[in-house]
Amino acid sequence: MFALIDCNNFYVSCERVFQPQFDRKPVVVLSNNDGCVISRSNEAKALEIPMGAPAFKYKRLFEKHDVKVFSSNYTLYGDMSRRVMSVLESYSPNIEIYSIDEAFLKLTGFDYLDIIEESYKMKKQISQWTGIPVSIGLAPSKSLAKIANKIAKKFNHKTLGVYSLDSQEKIIKALKWTSIEDVWGIGRRYTKLLKSIGVENALDFINIPDQWVKINMNILGLRLKKDLSGSSFIKLEEIKSRKKSIATTRSFETVLSNLSDIEERISTFATSCAEKLRMQNSCCTSLLIFLRSDPFKKEEQYNNSCVMQLSYASDSSLTLSKQAICGLQKIFKPGITYKKAGVLALGLISKENRQLNLFEPNIIRHDSLMKAIDTINYKYGSHRIKLANQDLNRIWKMKQENLSPKFTTVLQEIIKVK
Amino acid sequence: MINKKLIFFKPDNQNQKYFPLANEGVSAGFPSPAEDFKELKISIDREVVKNESATFFARVDGQSMQGAGLDDGDLLVIDRSQEPENGKIAVCFIDGEFTVKRLKVEDDCIYLMPENSRYKALKVTSENQLIVWGIVTYVVKKV
Repeated sequence: MFALIDCNNFYVSCERVFQPQFDRKPVVVLSNNDGCVISRSNEAKALEIPMGAPAFKYKRLFEKHDVKVFSSNYTLYGDMSRRVMSVLESYSPNIEIYSIDEAFLKLTGFDYLDIIEESYKMKKQISQWTGIPVSIGLAPSKSLAKIANKIAKKFNHKTLGVYSLDSQEKIIKALKWTSIEDVWGIGRRYTKLLKSIGVENALDFINIPDQWVKINMNILGLRLKKDLSGSSFIKLEEIKSRKKSIATTRSFETVLSNLSDIEERISTFATSCAEKLRMQNSCCTSLLIFLRSDPFKKEEQYNNSCVMQLSYASDSSLTLSKQAICGLQKIFKPGITYKKAGVLALGLISKENRQLNLFEPNIIRHDSLMKAIDTINYKYGSHRIKLANQDLNRIWKMKQENLSPKFTTVLQEIIKVK
Repeated sequence: MINKKLIFFKPDNQNQKYFPLANEGVSAGFPSPAEDFKELKISIDREVVKNESATFFARVDGQSMQGAGLDDGDLLVIDRSQEPENGKIAVCFIDGEFTVKRLKVEDDCIYLMPENSRYKALKVTSENQLIVWGIVTYVVKKV
């Protein structure tokens, strides 16, 4: 048996734990820079505020219906997620943390317990310990657990947040209820293809011949079909695999045409890649740098990239920044208004396995320097220490007008009680 | 523009201080006999946080629980995994704000009891929205 535990409206729920006055009120959380809606309370959903709604377009509606708006507070959400996951770990050693608010549990050897009863207990415990409401879907395979979870959530008044697909009858009914575009892992492309041959829901999908699926949707599609049919074919990924490539790419806030301005951006992107590498204990062996003009301007268009091979694998901000700027200088063409650039770290290897370079004594020294920088940035807020070719004023630019305090991680920001 | 906020750090050569070398890289010779006891250190954190994933902190604002030793500005350790019971000190959310009081559970109602004669007990009726947010397990105060 698999269980999929999914936190309900997770970011909104995190905010409500520390500000319960917004229980039963419409609440939304906005993306970085207060761009668009990324989490909605049920009351906000009832007002038909769609996921991804641009905040500026819905400002009037927010005011009219007294919708509470929060900027995203990832420090808080990350900490609350960790708490939820650690409660789940006490129920089964076989856990796959699928995203910040979702986890699969494998419940083998639990048959002697009443699994549904146990799930209600789990739900209650998470709610009491962390304040976060969750829904739980139970099924013989992961893709079916996804569907069970959706049913648990959608018909909450009947299921009370837990639903189990524990009979063939229920599975058939659930598959029929799930339209094909909502099936986990079926992208837009396959939806179109499947609809063209008359597949409307998940039940239609499992009834098409294996051969057709294998030819048209490769082996992963076939595995999904079998998984949906009720035998577990998609395995639990207990160890998060390290990312195979890491990238930081961004559109500029304004167009840039000066080399030194773009150098600043590229250095920041390279530094950010280096940070991500260090976080997962990897080094990269080459960098790809790209640069693009503004496609919406009726001017000369330019678009180029280059790969810089590093002489040794590195995760040092200094090395990556230096190499990325060398690459930029190669591809930069004056007289163009640029809109977007990016740095991709390629050829990732784990840090333990890297080859050291006999003629590069700085490698080891960089390690301790980077460690010190990471510690300081972690302790005092990110980007307190920067390279001199980065813009020191830039940290203030993120728009976070409705940011809640870091209730669980900063002593000065904890709740006050009278 | 960019240079405005640059601070350069220089090594201080005037006041030479000698620090002990971290010896993690040394593999020859006898290891320090103290090495085995590295873990044995007093930790307040370990003492007061019994259940990490359910533990939260709050700051006391006001005097209403002075009698129980909770003074203005004290740090409260809250364990949400503990069940609310008669006589326990709890952080509650009632009528739009957080408050810390002692729970008094009667057959048909709950009272939030202050421990300061200048404050009145609060009877919780069905008109109040009460959330018992968590149980206070420790108070950290500066003397």
